[in-house]
Formats: sequence, C-alpha cells, structure tokens
Amino acid sequence: MNPFSPALLEVTPATGIFAWAWLLVAIPLVSAAILLLIGKVGDAWGHFLGTLAAVATFVIAVSMFVTMLGTDEAGRAQSLQLYDWITSGSWNIGVGLQIDQLSILFCLLITGVGSLIHIYSIGYMAHDERRRRFFAFLNLFIAAMLLLVLADNYLVLFVGWEGVGLASYLLIGFWQHKPSAATAAKKAFVVNRVGDMGMAIAVMLMLATFGSSQFSAVNAGAEHMSPAVATGLGLLLLLGACGKSAQLPLQSWLLDAMEGPTPVSALIHAATMVTAGVYLVTRSHAIYAHTEWASTAVVIIGTLTLLAGAWIGCAKDDIKKALAGSTMSQIGYMMLAAGIGPAGYAFAIFHLVTHGFFKANMFLGAGSVMHAMDDDVDMRHYGGLWRVLPITFATFACGFLAIIGFPLTAGFYSKDHIIEAAFEHNQVVGILALVGAGVTAFYMTRLMLMTFAGKKRWQKGVHPHESPLVMTIPLIVLGAASLVAGIVMNSWISGWLAPAVGGGGHGEGGEAHAPTWYAGFTSPVGLITLAVVAVGVVIAFGVFGPRREIPETAPATRNPLTIAGRNDLFGDAFNETVFMRPGQALTRGIVAVDEGGIDGAVTGTAGAFGGLSMLTRRLQNGFVRSYALLMVVGAAVLGGVLVLSQLG
Amino acid sequence: MNPDNYLILSALLFTIGAVGFTLRRNAIVAFMCVELMLNAANLALVTFSKVHGRLDGQVFAFFVMVVAAAEVVVGLAIIISIFRTRRSASVDDANLLKY
Repeated sequence: MNPFSPALLEVTPATGIFAWAWLLVAIPLVSAAILLLIGKVGDAWGHFLGTLAAVATFVIAVSMFVTMLGTDEAGRAQSLQLYDWITSGSWNIGVGLQIDQLSILFCLLITGVGSLIHIYSIGYMAHDERRRRFFAFLNLFIAAMLLLVLADNYLVLFVGWEGVGLASYLLIGFWQHKPSAATAAKKAFVVNRVGDMGMAIAVMLMLATFGSSQFSAVNAGAEHMSPAVATGLGLLLLLGACGKSAQLPLQSWLLDAMEGPTPVSALIHAATMVTAGVYLVTRSHAIYAHTEWASTAVVIIGTLTLLAGAWIGCAKDDIKKALAGSTMSQIGYMMLAAGIGPAGYAFAIFHLVTHGFFKANMFLGAGSVMHAMDDDVDMRHYGGLWRVLPITFATFACGFLAIIGFPLTAGFYSKDHIIEAAFEHNQVVGILALVGAGVTAFYMTRLMLMTFAGKKRWQKGVHPHESPLVMTIPLIVLGAASLVAGIVMNSWISGWLAPAVGGGGHGEGGEAHAPTWYAGFTSPVGLITLAVVAVGVVIAFGVFGPRREIPETAPATRNPLTIAGRNDLFGDAFNETVFMRPGQALTRGIVAVDEGGIDGAVTGTAGAFGGLSMLTRRLQNGFVRSYALLMVVGAAVLGGVLVLSQLG
Repeated sequence: MNPDNYLILSALLFTIGAVGFTLRRNAIVAFMCVELMLNAANLALVTFSKVHGRLDGQVFAFFVMVVAAAEVVVGLAIIISIFRTRRSASVDDANLLKY
C-alpha cells in the first residue's frame, strides 16, 4: 500500500441532530422561494425573513458542531441518505449528505459569515428598492453552498456547485441596469462554464471508472485506478477548482465580479464560494494521493496565482479590485497548501477559515467606506478617513494585521504553516510563497494608508459619516474573529481534520507539525517571514506614507510591471487573442460552410426543382382540348408500348 | 359471328369521338363526342363478352351507362350555367383555370 494513501474515513449513519442536517439546505431554500414568490407584500419584512433563515442555519450548524465535539473520533463522520435520485442500470445515485469534520467547518464558516453579512446587508441595501430580491438570492446562495459542502457524492456536489454559480451570476448582475454589471455577470458565468466542463467530465470519468460518484466509493476505489485515470481525474477536478476559485488561467472573472454589491463580494467572492475549489481538492485527497502530476499542477497553479493576485493587488486603485487581487492571491496560498498533500490539507482549510473571517471583514469595511464616500471606489479619492470612520478603521485594521500575518493574529498562524510546508515541499515554491507574503504586506499597507491615512483627497460634495450599527456590529465581530481565530484553532485544527483529509496531525511526520502558539517566533522560516513582511510594510510606508503626496489620478507610467498589473496582467487580452478571436473565426468559418455549402446544396436543389416546375406548369394552359390531346397522345403511346412489348 | 367488324366499328366510333373532342369548340358537341367514346368502349366490352362467353363485359357496359347518365346530368348543368353567365358555349373561352 502506498505510504501516502490515507486511512479511509469511517462513515456511520446519521443519528440525533445530524438526521436533521437536511434542514441546513432546506431552510434557506424555502426562504428564498418565499421571498421570490411573495411579491411586494414581502418588501417590508423580506430582509428579516432572509436574515432569520441564515441565522437559523447557523444555530443548527453550531449545535451540530458542539455535538460532534462531544462525539469520539470514530463516530464524527455521519451520512444521511435522503432519497434515490437516479436509478439506471447498474448506477444508483442517491441524494445524501455527509457531515464530517471538514464539512462542519465549512458549514460554520458559511452560515456564520453568511449571517453576519445578511445582517450587514440590511443596512447596506436599505435604500435599494429590490432589497427583498437581494436577500432571496443571498439565501439561495447559502442553500447551494451548504449543499455543495454537505453532499456525499460528486454529482450532488455538482448540483450545489452550479447553484452557487447561478447565485453568483444573479448577484454580480444584481444592479442589472448598469451594463458593466450585466457584462461582468455574464463573464463570470462563461468563465465558470469552462471550469464546470472539467468538473462534469471528471464526474463522468468517476462513474465510468468506479461505477459511482459517492465519496466513499471513489476513496475506496482510488487505490486501484490506473495512473492515467488518476492524473486525468486530478487535472479535471483542478480545472473545475480553477474556474470556481479564480485561479490561473481562469482568473479573469473575479476582478470584474466586484461590480456586484459589496456584501456579495464579501460573502461569495471572498469568504465562501471562491474557496470551493480548495474544498474540492481537499475532498478529493484520495485521488491526488495517487497522482504526482496533478498534485504538482495544483502546487504550480497555486503558486503562480498567489503571485499574480498579489501583483494585481499592488497596481489597482479601486479598493474592491485591490482586495479581489488579494483574494486571488490568498486562495493561491490555499491551493498551494492543498497541492502539497496530506501535510498541507489542514493548513489549506485553516487558512481558508481565517481568510474567510478577515477578508469578509475587509470587504465589508470597504463597503462601509464606500457607503461613506457616495459609492466612490477609487482609493485616490480617499485619505484621512480614520478620523471620521473610527469603527470601520479599527475593524479594517484587524483584518489588515491578520492578512499580513502580524504576530498572534489569524494570518500569522495560518499563512506561516503554509509557507513552512511549502519550504519542506520544494525550496523554490517556498521562496515564491515568501515573496508573496512580502508583496501582500506591501499592497495591504498601501491600501490602508491610501484609504485611512494621509491628507483628505475627497471629491466635492462628499461628507463621510460612520455607518449605522447594523453594519458596524458585523464588522466588529469579524474584526475580533480576525484577531483571535488563528490562535484559537492553531493547535487544534490539524488533529480535528486529520481523519477527514487523511494525514496532517497524525502518524509519522505529523507530530512534528503539531504547532504551538509561539512556533512562528522560533522556527527560522517563521522569523524570515516576519522579516519579509516587515520589509513590505516599510517599503509601503516609504512610498505611500502619510506625508507623501498621492495624486488624485493614477500617474502615467512606463513601468511594464505596473501597466500589466493595472490591466489585470492582460488576462482579458490573453483570452481575447487566444480563445475569443480564433473562436469567432472558427464560428464564422462554420457559418460560412453551413450557409455556402450545406444550405447552398439544399436551396440549390430546391431552386432547380422550382425552376423546372416553372417550365412544366406552362402545360397547364386552361384549354380543355389541349388536355384531351395530351391524354390521347399519352394513351396512344402507352398502347404502343404495350403492343410492342407483347410483340417483343 | 366474326367479332372483327364490331371491333372495327368500335375503333372507328372512338376515333371519331376523340378527334371530334379535340377539334370542335362547342361544348355540346364536345360532350356528345365524349358520349360517343363511351359508347364505343361499351361496344367493345359487349363484343369481348360475347367472344369469351362471359357476362363481365356486359355488366361493365351497364356500369359505364350509369356513370355516363350521371355525367350527362352534371355536365349539362355546368354547360348551361356557363352559357348563362358568359353567353358562350365555347370550351376555349372557359380557360381561366390555369397555371
């Protein structure tokens, strides 16, 4: 047996509260349906119903988590079969939920951050006349995302996968009257289709290879599959993950997705949906354990994306786009960790959870700033806001400290582990991850300084004011979580996740990783990381410090790095030249063949017959006597033929 | 009995009818030519019936007579109504139904 192949997760039938797990999906789904169908009557209370649904799922998730904490390790993973979905030949695909250590963490993140963002949205969307619909879409998203993480087989997961794609599309294009938002929604949908194709083929390949798409069957069969199938599955799943998680080369949609309302950016395009790719890779650990190629591809893509995202983050003046670049970059870290294998899965999920807190926090903070600045997103028009937006500033600072990995904050723990694991895996990857950490520190410091410090560069008529309590309370909760989530989960999460993701905190080599709260100060990699981060912060202070003049329009530059960063690394131009134009040329060619060749033959034949009948119909001249003559001649010819044939 | 004479007569009658129908324009005459052709056919049927000693031909001749009678009824009515509206019994004038 392969020494890397993990012990299979023992799944027992669900009992007690876990038998009610279906409510997690059902409650937000029903709420979304009610909100969409009820019409204007619901305008007055729709947002409360939506928030209530989110909070209810959070309560269920928490009680499940507490129950699971009290259960011994063998009984933690439970499965709940709901009904048979497809029965065809030898295939029997049921809809079932699997609640284990991995999915419960996701449930907590989705419902917890989701509830906070619902509450925040009550304030943020207060003046939008379609607020009820907004909450319906948010609930739809929660339902689909929970189905995604709770599904016990890949096909049901795929339903959730598409559901979150739909919700994302609806919410990016929520302000559909803006052409840019409508285009961005379409772009996100189309790019996601590319990834979904990989995912769909992967599911088909699983059905063909294992005869089932259930996690347990796939995990059990993974050991016996051929290397080619393993690599194929790994790469196809990676393609799906790239699409959903905005990894290279399918990253181009995420920056445009910022057209959506800011709570959506925080929930879907930062904290939860975009991390679904990491979940997928982690969930498929049994497959990646058998394919060196695909795992290496995951590491490479993660590393490249973390650098590309950081690069974009440095160049953007739009606060949301800078944060979106940062999201790409952080998910790159998670992918990198997930690609490393059993040693990295727990760290990937750890970073995913902490990132969910601090990035949601910062996005909501950015929303609060925009709220104050009349929806202006250009950081060059901000400056000196710490005095007028004290709560937003304080909570944003918590997120900022967490993301750059300031000692004892969340990012300090989760990112350090990934960088250390990267160094153990491969020196080059480790160094690149380290560089990424430095760049992260630079661009986040730049963002902080441009927004909150320095002189006021406000546009005329803008009078910033702090947001209402309904918006600041979620900020405070998430800010606190950004600070303490790391130290709370640090020594616990590896051991907790080990049975579900295979390896990590247990077995040989795992114990060495059992991390302590001060590990980041003692290990050489930890110290170097701190130094690199400090350098990044110092450079940012040097360039964008409070005393520096920051022009109100982005200065023209010849620096190719800056130009590339401002243009999203030419991702759109690349897609356009490599895929869109050849695709259009191909389509035009096919249309030409269709119209000229196939249609030409068909219409040509029809035309020929038409012309012929134009000639022959002249015989129908209306004179009865000519008809009679034709009949007589015809009969005579017929008679002649008969007679001649008799003679012959 | 030699059937040849009867058959020759039948052929002659049919030829007169056919030629008359194609050459004459008057609808009534054309109509009578049609009757002539039908009766020529009847004569042939009866002759062959006699030759073969079976009644099929005679029975068929009766059918033809019945159809001819019905046709006369409808045909004459049409000719008369055309004459009433167009003041003409020429078959060449009624040539509107064409390509």
